Amino acid sequence: MARLEKSAGDIANEIDERFGSAKFVRRSARKVFPDHWSFMLGEIALYSFIILLLTGTFLTLWFKPSQVEVPYEGSYIPLHGLTMSEAYASTLRISFDVRGGLIMRQIHHWAALIFVAAMIVHSARVFFTGAFRKPRETNWLIGVALITLSIIEGLLGYSLPDDLLSGTGFRIAEGVLLAIPVVGTYLSFFFFGGQFPGEDFIARIYTFHVLLLPGIFLALITVHVMLVWYQKHTQYPLPGRTEKNSVGYPFFPVYTAKAGGFFFITFGVTTLLAAFVTINPVWLFGPYTPTQVTAGSQPDFYMGFLEGAFRLMPNWEIHALGYTLSMNIIVPCFIVPGLLFTSMGLYPMIERWVTGDNREHHVLDRPRNVPTRTGLGVMALTTWLILLAAGANDVIAITFHLSINAITWFFRIAIFVVPPLSYVVTKRICLGLQRRDRDLVLHGRETGRIMRLPNGEMIEVHEPISETQRYILTAHESPGPLELEPATDPNGIPRRRVLASKLRARISRFYFEDRIVPPTPTDARELESSGHH
Amino acid sequence: MRLLSKPLGALSRQRRRRFAPMVLLLVALGLTGGAYAAFAPSPQAAAATGASAQTLKDGRDLYLRNCSSCHGLNVEGSSDGPTLVGVGAASVDFQVGTGRMPAAQLGAQIQQKRQQFTQEEIQALAAYIASLGPGPAIPSKDQLDYADADAAQGGQIYRTNCAMCHNFAGSGGALTRGKYAPSLQGVSPKHIYEAMLTGPQSMPVFPDTTMTSQDKRDIIAFLKTTQTEPSPGGLALGKVGPVTEGLAGWLLGLGGLIACAVWLGAKAR
Repeated sequence: MARLEKSAGDIANEIDERFGSAKFVRRSARKVFPDHWSFMLGEIALYSFIILLLTGTFLTLWFKPSQVEVPYEGSYIPLHGLTMSEAYASTLRISFDVRGGLIMRQIHHWAALIFVAAMIVHSARVFFTGAFRKPRETNWLIGVALITLSIIEGLLGYSLPDDLLSGTGFRIAEGVLLAIPVVGTYLSFFFFGGQFPGEDFIARIYTFHVLLLPGIFLALITVHVMLVWYQKHTQYPLPGRTEKNSVGYPFFPVYTAKAGGFFFITFGVTTLLAAFVTINPVWLFGPYTPTQVTAGSQPDFYMGFLEGAFRLMPNWEIHALGYTLSMNIIVPCFIVPGLLFTSMGLYPMIERWVTGDNREHHVLDRPRNVPTRTGLGVMALTTWLILLAAGANDVIAITFHLSINAITWFFRIAIFVVPPLSYVVTKRICLGLQRRDRDLVLHGRETGRIMRLPNGEMIEVHEPISETQRYILTAHESPGPLELEPATDPNGIPRRRVLASKLRARISRFYFEDRIVPPTPTDARELESSGHH
Repeated sequence: MRLLSKPLGALSRQRRRRFAPMVLLLVALGLTGGAYAAFAPSPQAAAATGASAQTLKDGRDLYLRNCSSCHGLNVEGSSDGPTLVGVGAASVDFQVGTGRMPAAQLGAQIQQKRQQFTQEEIQALAAYIASLGPGPAIPSKDQLDYADADAAQGGQIYRTNCAMCHNFAGSGGALTRGKYAPSLQGVSPKHIYEAMLTGPQSMPVFPDTTMTSQDKRDIIAFLKTTQTEPSPGGLALGKVGPVTEGLAGWLLGLGGLIACAVWLGAKAR
């Protein structure tokens, strides 16, 4: 044992003499991170990405990114003898003739779904707890970029096998390119090397899928994680946690063990899913030819909201001066995602401007304590969900025996009515929860025990809540709306940018008009001294 | 009993927790639903096998009693149903054999249900309707023998002509205004053939002159091969494409991982 320790020490010493690593390791190993399950959602995305790199590398060993037509001679009988692209033939080979190929394909595809889904849930956690506030706006933007790129990466990935479903997807992508005013036709011809489908695009998107985009991902993820390290992780409010400290466990050994274990759990769950549940059964779709199409042509879920926007958009085209402007494509494919992602990316700056709050924040918000932000977030999620569901309108129609036209009209109306409604409902729920929190602090918990007093009166026994809970319920600030600055400054000179400040005051009112002020110690003491339980 | 008293005591202490009523309600609902699913009477399979010789007269009697209120006393049709002169025996065998006729109610589309007549009665009805005017006949055994048919070729024909409505694996698909292309899972070769021959409801007609008898057998071979082959990738999720995959990815994949995260994040007691 002593010899082992000595040789380990020798090796560490050799490394330290060359790289000066001891100081770095000592500091990093003691780095403290707060603990909560919701902080592990981003980890799921990170680990899925590693799984994607590993399984993806395996798949490249056999996949041929070529559209050269070959007769199929592999072992899947219902496709035997058909001519198909080498891309599709090699995907079939991976699925049926390469040992472990099918499960690798399925792990890769399931990990892709989990990757995007985990990023969405992670961003929702960051949004609703206000973790994007100063100083973490940059990391929020990197996250938005990662989600956007992952949608493109996913689209390219499931298009590579060149099966009927993915070919149909790229037929739509061609239409979207064509709809770009002025340069659309040029872009489409550049991209496909001539008419769709041509013989070039599989090889081209392969390079994007396995080289360019993963490289960008790797760079962005590295910066993302380094920023978390450097700016420290946020923490939920608890006694002893402030904006100036970070309470938790050291990176080594607690998080090295936890994170290492969670990586294997993520890999395990993904593998289990891939072992028992089919994903993207390309052998059933058949090879792609532009003359064929199948019912139920849908993209993977991360493209679903675009598909839904597409299906809801009425057929509106503008014909002028011999040109056609395809608003039926431009609106759902450029304007809708543009609005969604731009507003998502800019939200931290917008909120900072509205609140005028330029302080750093390391203690997280409970979503209910910021009702307007929570409401807006739920509104965005509802919009996304409605679009997602609208993208599956045919599956909904056949599953529930409904008219697809009626469903489409329902969603067309819902997309304008339900999100604002969800905003109002969420905000009201948040305010209600805050009132309840206030009540809990001032009056304690209802125990459900009824007591009869000697005089015959029945009362419910309330139990005071713990100190810790009281802290959690009262630690937050509750800012009021910003006051409108007077039109002139103290010297009587008219202020500039009056309109902007008026707008800001209005939005601030919208944000903070309804608010429940958390009880102060004075409130509680007054109540106690008045003899109320 | 003492063995039980400890966990029971722990359970009893939980009953005043905040989520106890909700959990109880969910358990009760689950039990009720489960019990209903287990004990609900299942529809009885139709079995009766008549064995008497059928004549045109029997067919006409059956027609008058069961079909004439919509299709007319003289098979001339009415506002509720088309004339059946010239639809052929294949059409009758398909519509009545799949239970679509007699229709329970008019709607966006007449739905498949339990077969209402015995095969002999259907044959009598078919013979009667066929006697009124020439139309496609019920396919013979030879026409339906797909043992030597080319499934791969059938797949190509299927994807070119059928998949846009019935989906790549014959799982069905939605059409306009509540109409739909039904699932082809478990449909007999005879009924698939007859449907192509007669084009029921929204379906186009594929006569033998444009889609040969061999093509039809190839299609049937493709459907039967892909439907009976074991699913190589595990659960097939209904073979309807990425919608159910997305649902499974969220619920099983991410849901399972979040459950693990909650478990890992829980404080050790």
